[in-house]
Amino acid sequence: MTLPVEPTKPFAPIAEAIADVEGVDPEVAAGEGSVPEAFVQALAEERDEVKPRELVIICYSGDLEKTWASLILASTAAASGVPTKMFLTFWGLQTFVKDEKRITGRNWMQRMLSFMQRPGISHRKLSKMNFLGMGPWMMGRLAKQYGVAKPKELLEAAQALGVELMPCQMTMDMFGLTRDDMIDGMGEPVGAATVVELLSNGAAPLFI
Amino acid sequence: MAVLDIATTVDARGLSCPMPIVKTAQAVKPLPSGALVEVLATDPGSTKDFVAWCRQTGNELVEQSVDGAVYRFVIRRK
Repeated sequence: MTLPVEPTKPFAPIAEAIADVEGVDPEVAAGEGSVPEAFVQALAEERDEVKPRELVIICYSGDLEKTWASLILASTAAASGVPTKMFLTFWGLQTFVKDEKRITGRNWMQRMLSFMQRPGISHRKLSKMNFLGMGPWMMGRLAKQYGVAKPKELLEAAQALGVELMPCQMTMDMFGLTRDDMIDGMGEPVGAATVVELLSNGAAPLFI
Repeated sequence: MAVLDIATTVDARGLSCPMPIVKTAQAVKPLPSGALVEVLATDPGSTKDFVAWCRQTGNELVEQSVDGAVYRFVIRRK
């Protein structure tokens, strides 16, 4: 069975866009005749202006293995010309505290938490098989042996390539972290709504 | 083979993913359009990665060869 085919007319906004292009026959804009060269060229120019899709990595975990993976992807994406942002929240934000900061926070609970789980990119623990630091130590040795860049080097590369670091305001408040506690080159603290807007505008999301 | 006018060489020998790509991106950035960059790498994954990276960034992979365990790529900046 064949279905009847309706003669197609350009969708209204497209017809308007065609009519906007200089030198377009009104008949063409109305869906008659052939598409003029000027329109094809205008479309091609518009296509070339299209920005590559953004990447937003939501860094939620502070575990060594997940931090490592996030930074490998972030630095590679930025190196590939993909605008890349990292939203740093909960334990993921602890990674971006300066390495030399030992105790952070304003009240005893915040201070106690930073004491129990040392912040900073060079003090990440494995989520499994940490064995009082034996696991991360062996990972470090293996990384060196096989020429794998450590998280700190990857972070430096990512920042040099323009990866935007967006700390979570709520997490900063809850852990009592100040701007001075955080590494240099951090962006303004933001909230979930900023991330939701980026994602709804088509950014590729990764939750790590 | 014609001698190419290489603007800069990235020595990524001994480095693992993603550093060959990251270092190349950093080396390419300040160069003018059309400049040639030579990359030396030992990471076997780089053969696929440089093809993908060039497709993604619009830079041109002019040459790709292997000499023993060393991979050589010549890339023309977009």
